[in-house]
Amino acid sequence: MSESVVTREGSPRGQRPGREASPAALRGGKGSVVPDAEFTSYYGRPILKEAPWAASDIAGYLFLGGLAGASSVIAAGADAAGRRSLATVSKVGALGAIGMSTVLLIHDLGVPSRFPNMLRVFKPTSPMSMGSWILAVYGPSAGVAAATHVTRLFPRLGATSTALAALTGPAVATYTAVLLADTAVPVWHEAYRELPFVFAGSSACAAAGLALTVLSPSRHASVRVTAFLGGLLELTAARRMRRGLGFLADPYRQGRAALLTRAAETLTAAASLTAPFVRTRRAGLLCGSALLLGSALTRLSVFEAGRASAADPQYTVIPQRLRKQQQTKALPPPAT
Amino acid sequence: MGLLSGPEPDVAADAGHAGPPPRVGFFTDTSVCIGCKACEVACKEWNAIPEDGLEFTGWSYDNTQALGADSWRHVAFVEQPASDGDGGIRWLMASDVCKHCTHAACLDVCPTGSLFRTEFGTVVVQEDICNGCGYCVPACPYGVIEKREDDGRAWKCTMCYDRIGGGMEPACAKACPTESIQFGPLEELRTRAATRLAQLHVAGVADARLYGDDPADGVGGDGAFFLLLDTPETYGLPPDPVVTTRDLPAMWRYAGMAALTLFGGITAVAMFGRRR
Repeated sequence: MSESVVTREGSPRGQRPGREASPAALRGGKGSVVPDAEFTSYYGRPILKEAPWAASDIAGYLFLGGLAGASSVIAAGADAAGRRSLATVSKVGALGAIGMSTVLLIHDLGVPSRFPNMLRVFKPTSPMSMGSWILAVYGPSAGVAAATHVTRLFPRLGATSTALAALTGPAVATYTAVLLADTAVPVWHEAYRELPFVFAGSSACAAAGLALTVLSPSRHASVRVTAFLGGLLELTAARRMRRGLGFLADPYRQGRAALLTRAAETLTAAASLTAPFVRTRRAGLLCGSALLLGSALTRLSVFEAGRASAADPQYTVIPQRLRKQQQTKALPPPAT
Repeated sequence: MGLLSGPEPDVAADAGHAGPPPRVGFFTDTSVCIGCKACEVACKEWNAIPEDGLEFTGWSYDNTQALGADSWRHVAFVEQPASDGDGGIRWLMASDVCKHCTHAACLDVCPTGSLFRTEFGTVVVQEDICNGCGYCVPACPYGVIEKREDDGRAWKCTMCYDRIGGGMEPACAKACPTESIQFGPLEELRTRAATRLAQLHVAGVADARLYGDDPADGVGGDGAFFLLLDTPETYGLPPDPVVTTRDLPAMWRYAGMAALTLFGGITAVAMFGRRR
């Protein structure tokens, strides 16, 4: 085979497998951070292995966990403000979402019957271990909060569990950003500063969206403001994240991830900007659905961008190569 | 708790082993590899690793393609135009393996404790604990560990934990006919590698370099390190890998701030909307 003749760069002559060309940013185009970088790979093969997670399971889990976590905070606020119907929607919604997300999480395991092994150790270096313990506190709290609220039994226990769910809910919504960032996947790891804020904003939008779809406008005044602020936080953080990533953000600008990102941001922007002005039930249903869908698509876009950035070796090699060159420049030349 | 990154002189003691034996490792000298793949075969035989596809790639003699759940040694083949310009080729061969990092991301992120540090300083998966969450897979900066599709668990090189416990060398090193794969106490291997590198430099092989030997690198040095004749990426290795957990404290800090923002924001909005 003629392709088996490889150049000194280690890739077949005249082509870079699995890729059309190096991204514009690399060639010194607009928004470039990397000047003409040399790139070598082993037959175009990825260096990293992609996360063996199904998008429907894990992106679904990220979305539902965020929806649940933020709903629990809204529920506690609703209790404090004396808005019972908002508390009902948020507490029942939180329980449903966390229940479903746990099912997805177990479904994605290679050996689902060994799910209890998640609580075998308490390991701060593993975001998944910490997440399991956070869920072990949050899940039952959200469950008791919903049950006591609906049945109106044990109001004291209800108040305690509502508070506990509201305190651990934000951790459920944002720890998942650490879960993704604590990997070798360039587009996730290098975004560890902004990703939790993207997820926090996206979670607030989802939880507000749920209340907007279900409740009549007179009962969700505060939630409309939450939708607006959540959208603002998510979109600002996402923009900052992509700017900070430089050329590593290219997976967000190409292919499926780009489509998902555009769809997510359009829905979130449109819905969170119009949310404060929702005055009819139908508008609430429309706006709320857009917020929920936007939040789900945000998680999917992050998930897909991560897949793409692990699959292309240039995102692994180029930043490391540049870092090494800078280190060599900083040090005096080795005595040989 | 041990360090998350940087030099770590005693990994086994740091992991809680009392009076551990010296840390062992592999030194793979690719300058004497002849591409026979005896290491791949011996590894498969000894560890009873299932067949994982027979495929012709057209990539020189490499049909294994990469390390994975069912390939714990992988011989890379690279054909390059020779530098003499006579139209000849230079043929690089290198037997890749799990690096058994000083700071192993797979081990750090494993939520069940299935991945553990042995008394020899190596990193091993306990197959009776692993629940197949797959977190170790994207955590590895070298793309080594992988989930086996049919049984759902993660698998990788154990440095023949069963053999070294019995005083034998790992199957790949035993089978290597040229001593390209050398097994032994890591300190000794590092000295041997430095001698070999100096020898090659004197012989005019200017491209020769060590990879993964430096305890000050991003993973605290590899338990399995290499002598390469070209850049690491030419062989499909990352040029400057860093253990992802090095930044974990910062990650938790940012997530904490985001969680507080979420809590504070929603609570403040609710308080404004309070019924008076």
